Amino acid sequence: MVPELGHFALLIALCLAVGVAVVPMVGSYTGNTLLMQSGRSMAVGLFLFALFSFLCLVWAFTHDDFSVAYVASNSNSLLPIYYKLTATWGGHEGSLLLWILMSCCWLLAVSFFARSLPMVIHSRVLAIMGWTAVGILLFTIFTSNPFERILPGSPAEGSDLNPLLQDVGFIIHPPMLYIGFSGFSVAFAFAITALLSGHLDSAWARWSRPWTNIAWGFLTLGIGLGSWWAYYELGWGFWWGWDPTENNSLIPWLTATALVHSLAVTEKRGLFKTWTILLAIATFCLILLGTFITRSGVVNSVHAFANDPERGAFLLGYIVVVATFSLLLYALKAPSVASLSAFRLSARETFMLSNNILLTILMATVLLGTIYPMISEGFGWGTVSVGAPYFNFFWVLLVVPLCMLMGASSLSQWKQTSAGIYKKYLKLPVLISLVVAIIFPFIYGDSYRIGGAVTAFVVTWIVAATISGLLRQTRNAPSFWAGLRQLKLGYYSMSVAHLGVALLFLGAGLTSIYDNERNLILQPGASQELFGYHWRFGGVQEVRGPNYLAEEGQVWVSRGDRVLAELAPQKRYYLSGAMVTTEAAIQGNLWRDLYVSLGEATEPRSAGGWVITVYVKPFIAFIWMGIILMSAGGLMALFDKRYRYAQARKDASDQAGSASALGQATS
Amino acid sequence: MHPVRKQRLIFVLFLVFFASAAAALLGFALRDNIDLFYPPSKIVAGGAPIDKQIRAGGCVLPGSIERVENSMTKHFIVTDGAANLSVTTDVILPDLFKEGESAVLTGKLNGDGVFVATQVLAKHDETYMPPEVADNLQNPEEHVKTCKGLNYGS
Repeated sequence: MVPELGHFALLIALCLAVGVAVVPMVGSYTGNTLLMQSGRSMAVGLFLFALFSFLCLVWAFTHDDFSVAYVASNSNSLLPIYYKLTATWGGHEGSLLLWILMSCCWLLAVSFFARSLPMVIHSRVLAIMGWTAVGILLFTIFTSNPFERILPGSPAEGSDLNPLLQDVGFIIHPPMLYIGFSGFSVAFAFAITALLSGHLDSAWARWSRPWTNIAWGFLTLGIGLGSWWAYYELGWGFWWGWDPTENNSLIPWLTATALVHSLAVTEKRGLFKTWTILLAIATFCLILLGTFITRSGVVNSVHAFANDPERGAFLLGYIVVVATFSLLLYALKAPSVASLSAFRLSARETFMLSNNILLTILMATVLLGTIYPMISEGFGWGTVSVGAPYFNFFWVLLVVPLCMLMGASSLSQWKQTSAGIYKKYLKLPVLISLVVAIIFPFIYGDSYRIGGAVTAFVVTWIVAATISGLLRQTRNAPSFWAGLRQLKLGYYSMSVAHLGVALLFLGAGLTSIYDNERNLILQPGASQELFGYHWRFGGVQEVRGPNYLAEEGQVWVSRGDRVLAELAPQKRYYLSGAMVTTEAAIQGNLWRDLYVSLGEATEPRSAGGWVITVYVKPFIAFIWMGIILMSAGGLMALFDKRYRYAQARKDASDQAGSASALGQATS
Repeated sequence: MHPVRKQRLIFVLFLVFFASAAAALLGFALRDNIDLFYPPSKIVAGGAPIDKQIRAGGCVLPGSIERVENSMTKHFIVTDGAANLSVTTDVILPDLFKEGESAVLTGKLNGDGVFVATQVLAKHDETYMPPEVADNLQNPEEHVKTCKGLNYGS
């Protein structure tokens, strides 16, 4: 009964989404205030029904209702309760339901927190967001109904959640990612509204900017969590593999990053207007394209969803409709919002322009590398795959200048900046970075690595130039610390995010350059010196988990007389099916991770010998810290004054509603 | 020059410079990093280049996995139903690698017609199979889409 209620709620949600999409829009063109205001109450209803539908699916999971096809294929009665809860989004259908719920959260948030917008604009933004919700609801209801029953003959036992997803990283990664993805429907809605209304002023940019920054912060966090999960759960020791599924989240992230910067120019200087709109449209379309690539089975990915051509056809149709509509509107209306203003080559606008061009090229290279196998197949050039060296080549080539410009940009000013400022404030950072770059490879690592020097230079440069920028900003304050307190929120979030990039660059660069990885064959009791550590193997024994049996190895890592880590990597055999997973054992500190995973038993088996992969991953913790700082920079927009203003005007009943919305978004 | 025009000129120059550099590099980088996929029957028939990185794949022939004692070296055979390709590798086989299931390999073909794999990928469930393997399965029976239905000829 409950799954039927969930399905029914989903259908009502679709009706309400159509209502949100149509009624306020009609109101905005006929000038009917009542129709325009109805959007908000419908948004509340839409959210409540989507939430109810989602909770029904959660109920089906916690009550082991295996007559529901989706539950039967993604859960098992042996599954611990917390994984039963998170199995709700462990497959295609349920993750779409989560996406719907997140979209409805954003819709609700916009309906409450953007009320100081002119009513016509507000109702149009809501309507466009309603349309995006209609799209994803239609897709779910017609091609991926999570409530479908297997009746009669429903299975007595479920076939289990994919063991790789039975993990803490997976509990939080998809919600963060989907908050990010669906958040860009806000930027998209603002962009379409600007085109429909035919004018785009700095107020428009001021309004859409915090939403975009927050969505960007969540997307960054979501991608980072996915990377972290892959690093320790897959047991391969790498944090990014240029897999199509990973790339599909990175591609919209790149245009979104460009959008965050371009919006800043549009707000402060009224420039790049049409470009900003194009980026917002592109980000939204690329998110849809990524969904299509991941969920239609057109590429061979390590972690693609189950494939169904019907879904692919629907999504492709949806992308065509969205892209045609928005680009046609863009072609017709963009000239009317175009900006006319000048700036000097030395001004901040130039940095933003370079940032946007570099990010767009980067996006194009990743996109091409990801879809090239499809292009090649389609044109009959053979079945190919694009290797990681292709992607790595472009990243090194483009990210280094991007980061160099990013450092210098912290000293730039809008409109024009005198060369004297750069000279005065960048002389020291240049010197420091050069010195660090030359010295670092000598004191770190066994041999002089030019990549190490480049990494050290870029990272020191970003940090030093950012600090120099802070010094310049606070030069008129009585002290540096007093000046820091007076800085605007925007400057803070920029500095924090840029320092995050520096840490990410440090971690990513040094981990790839000084990476140590070796397969060892070890008999029980044997040991080996490697990478400056002493690795001793204690053998493998059987252990039992709640829903799996495992072979657990014992590895002691020591340096000198001191035992640094006792690691217990596992090979798990899940009871519900034939699945086997490798659980790496990691002992990490700030400077390095000791990472051990069990490979395979060697012949003869009776000897008990195993192939064990050992890794020493230097500086990898900096990657995670960098990602946290970057998303923190984006999420600082939550504390933006513009929201506080809106909040102050709210009455008590609204507060209750939005509190529950926020509670949902963070749970 | 008028500031607006000057600004446009700078913009256009930026765009032309970066776009052309990007296009040239794209072609260059793609050419070197594309791994073509060959089915076993094509490799055995001599249709694949020797000592160049390629990809291959098929179903792992049941009973063909041999592990060399106290070493990481393994030999096995992949088949597309029409021809058998011998594979040797030193890498750790993935958890999902199994006899009678599909595998995708990256590596080089040596002069003896043995495929030396530097990467082995496996993914299977009841319904999923790597598209390139599925598309190249050759079997007298129609519509064989997974390794389960393959006639191994033994």
